[in-house]
Amino acid sequence: MKVLPVTVIGELQDIVGRDNVIIDSHRTMAYECDAYVAEKFMPSAVIFPETTEQVAAAVRCLGKAGVPFLPRGAGTGLSGGATPLNHEVVISLAKMDKLLDIDYENRRATVQPGFVNLRLTKHMAAQGYYYAPDPSSQSVCTIGGNFAENSGGSHCLKYGVTTNHVVAAEVVLPSGDVVTVGEAYGDAVGYDLLGVLVGSEGTLGITTAITVKILPRPEAVKTILAYFDQVDQASQTVSDIISNGIVPAACEMMDQLAMQAVDKSMYHVGYPEDIEAVLLLEVDGLAASVEDSVQRVSAVCAQNHVRAFRTAHDDTERALWWNSRKMAFPAIGQISPDYLVQDGVIPRTKLSAVLKRVGELSAEFGLRVANVFHAGDGNLHPLICYDARIPGQLQQAMSLGQRILEVCVDMGGSITGEHGVGIEKIGHMAYMFSGADLGAQQSLRQVFNPEGLCNGGKVIPLPGACVESRTQTKGRPPVRPSGETAGMVAVGGEMAGPGPA
Amino acid sequence: MAKAGEMADGSLRDKMGQAPLGMSAGPDPDEYSKCVHCGFCLEVCPTYQQLSDENQSPRGRVFLIKQVAEGALPLEAAEGPVFACLDCRACETVCPSGVPVGHLIEMSRGQIRAAQKGSRKSAWREQLMLRGLFTHPERLRAAGGLLRFYQVSGLRRVARAAGVLKVLPAHLREIEAGLPVVPRHHHTPPPLPVPGGARPGASGPVRVALLTGCVMDVLFSDVNEATARVIARNHMSVTVPEGQVCCGALHVHAGDREAARDLARRNIDEFLGSQADYIVTNAAGCGAAMKEYGDLLKDDPAYHARAETFSGRVRDISELLVEQGFDPPQATLDRQVTYHDACHLCHAQHIRKQPRQLLAAIGGVSVVEMNDSERCCGSAGIYNLTHPDMARQLLQRKVEDIPKEADAVIMGNPGCMIQIRAGLAGSGRETPVLHTVQLLDMAYRRELSGEHPSERQT
Repeated sequence: MKVLPVTVIGELQDIVGRDNVIIDSHRTMAYECDAYVAEKFMPSAVIFPETTEQVAAAVRCLGKAGVPFLPRGAGTGLSGGATPLNHEVVISLAKMDKLLDIDYENRRATVQPGFVNLRLTKHMAAQGYYYAPDPSSQSVCTIGGNFAENSGGSHCLKYGVTTNHVVAAEVVLPSGDVVTVGEAYGDAVGYDLLGVLVGSEGTLGITTAITVKILPRPEAVKTILAYFDQVDQASQTVSDIISNGIVPAACEMMDQLAMQAVDKSMYHVGYPEDIEAVLLLEVDGLAASVEDSVQRVSAVCAQNHVRAFRTAHDDTERALWWNSRKMAFPAIGQISPDYLVQDGVIPRTKLSAVLKRVGELSAEFGLRVANVFHAGDGNLHPLICYDARIPGQLQQAMSLGQRILEVCVDMGGSITGEHGVGIEKIGHMAYMFSGADLGAQQSLRQVFNPEGLCNGGKVIPLPGACVESRTQTKGRPPVRPSGETAGMVAVGGEMAGPGPA
Repeated sequence: MAKAGEMADGSLRDKMGQAPLGMSAGPDPDEYSKCVHCGFCLEVCPTYQQLSDENQSPRGRVFLIKQVAEGALPLEAAEGPVFACLDCRACETVCPSGVPVGHLIEMSRGQIRAAQKGSRKSAWREQLMLRGLFTHPERLRAAGGLLRFYQVSGLRRVARAAGVLKVLPAHLREIEAGLPVVPRHHHTPPPLPVPGGARPGASGPVRVALLTGCVMDVLFSDVNEATARVIARNHMSVTVPEGQVCCGALHVHAGDREAARDLARRNIDEFLGSQADYIVTNAAGCGAAMKEYGDLLKDDPAYHARAETFSGRVRDISELLVEQGFDPPQATLDRQVTYHDACHLCHAQHIRKQPRQLLAAIGGVSVVEMNDSERCCGSAGIYNLTHPDMARQLLQRKVEDIPKEADAVIMGNPGCMIQIRAGLAGSGRETPVLHTVQLLDMAYRRELSGEHPSERQT
């Protein structure tokens, strides 16, 4: 790993202030990964800009020196988008966490990238407004991170994902130029650059201000929990609800292992131990229509032999049910030391077949797989349980993950619904896209990020890049027993795999 | 196979490969392995909210603890972040995978302090306070007596007028402003023990032994007296075992587990000897620590079982009253109050509803909830002495969150009471700070209108 030149450190300190630059390896190590922990690489520094100008100046400084860099929000990403694969300087946007403007009459809010998703909804609650995209990590994740990953959430079935809610953004390009894309009001004229930037996973620039749509709270909401003896019955229910023309606000499913894990946590619902699946459904809208929808959903569930059908009594119960679902990923920590989450998408009608296949693969690999997913839009989240302390098990888990994604693609689906490609799924891109497909995407990146310094090596594999070599040569040296350690951290691992061009 | 950090003979060494750590076993791998690095704790962590640095978040601290244990980082890499933690345990309230962050922090502090034994220059002040003062009830009372003399003799007035206090660091000046006037100390608190009539139909009254606590005893003995009166009013008997000592919470938080264990053993002997059904405290920090004596003494075969018994009998005063049933006061108080959740009540003991139930039972009292009532006020044991800058930032936020319309701020922990008094005084606000049980006591005392409150005790 190249050491950051002293002159660059000095310049960064001048730009953001001494206290906003970390170079001590004891402190930079906490930034070696995001919530995807299977691969780790040491950053060469971490900086905390507080203004757009500081971000732009830092990017220009790093660009001039040829030092790779990447943006980071709360570090809750699940595909390694903020992992410093090339020992980047991490530009943490955590201090850019202000609400810049709110315009209720025109239903717009503008935030800095480090502003936490749920904080926007909380801020507007008294006025009866909310921000619709609700990733499970919404209590922590930032809107800047949502922008980069085009995050979804439980309610995107009815309301759409982040890209459907962002209308404009200020972006620092890898050149250091500051541009505004999209239009806060009305349609953007010219090419849809906003569409290109949302979901670009921080590879085309760094957003420093985001204008989003805000929505008035629906008049009525009903939350439903439905228990099923068999997974097949639950999946059939999902298909039947949609084909009956009902559009629930959310339609989530958890299998037995996921229910067991989350019931061990403080978000305990008390699911019957012998049911194979639970559906969490929500319908919202005008009060009269909501009652009607509940009746129709209830009838569909009954046709599919639902064991129990409950609606939430009050907001406390509703919040518990939602927490049980939204905390389900990390609750896997209750039953397994590590887990790898996949994010495949399949046509809704293939749900039962895919789950069956996932079960077979799980048995074949000898690793438990819990399933938590946005059933309504066919977005699966198989959670592969493993123990990193057991040699070889991480590799096993990754292979199993790859097989599951291949099943999704074979069924006519995709390798990611909302978590992004990052470094985790880059090896699977070629399974889904042709060389020409990838070439077209690569050409687009060249336009924005010609030097490849901005979050290089992510999303689109470079032609001929060998991903295998990266996963085998990990970014950090193996753990040593007690004894001398000082100094080793700064050295880091050899840079491997696809680096900046 | 020996785990990382464990020597072939099973003894533990610090990561510099130096002296054996003796009794100070490091953090448990099974505890830090529960962390799946999701980051759901970041937003509730007061220090992360202020600093936005991953290292100063629960996830970051657990990560550092793990790296140290596995040998990837030296022990000193964890020191700053681990000691900058408030140990408020707000992260535990949200953690989906159940990482016992507070315990990991305390174990890590114990490990760091053990490794530094004798080599740390700045330690003497902390040692003087923790080992020289808090382990000796008589010295604490003497210090309280001096403080009272300073406050009531006119010396405080003179000192403030003459500007003598300016020689103190700013944070100590602020704390000085927050200290209540020390009540005159009674040798054994006079209203105790209070004979209580058993509930109708019960064979005898439930027996309660009260921990008077070191800070409560010296600075807030009126809260202790109110506690005893309220227990007695609710048909239970109260005793104050004389040989009791500090609960050791401050020592555990500071990483001095040895001193904490000594204190715990003395309290176990004293309180279990008293034959009480319940061991009751009105200090959140003490309650949390005493409920964890079982863990503190898990490697002490002579005491472990008794420590578990002891912990099983510990109750916070609000918890005791709700559990045993309490008489709603017949008198009313006309007050609009707000409630601050002490970290060691809400996060460590999961006590949130009970104090609010007590307040709601008092006629005429309405509770206006404050924003983020569960966020730490910055007191955190001796944190406001060791990390004054962060403590001040958090206090500032807490004071801003106290609704202007509240005519009293209610809470259940003496450290928070001192801190929030100081904060309100610093902002020129005169809102009184009261313990939950004080408000309840006021209502009970009003029941006997025209009767002098003290006459009820006889």
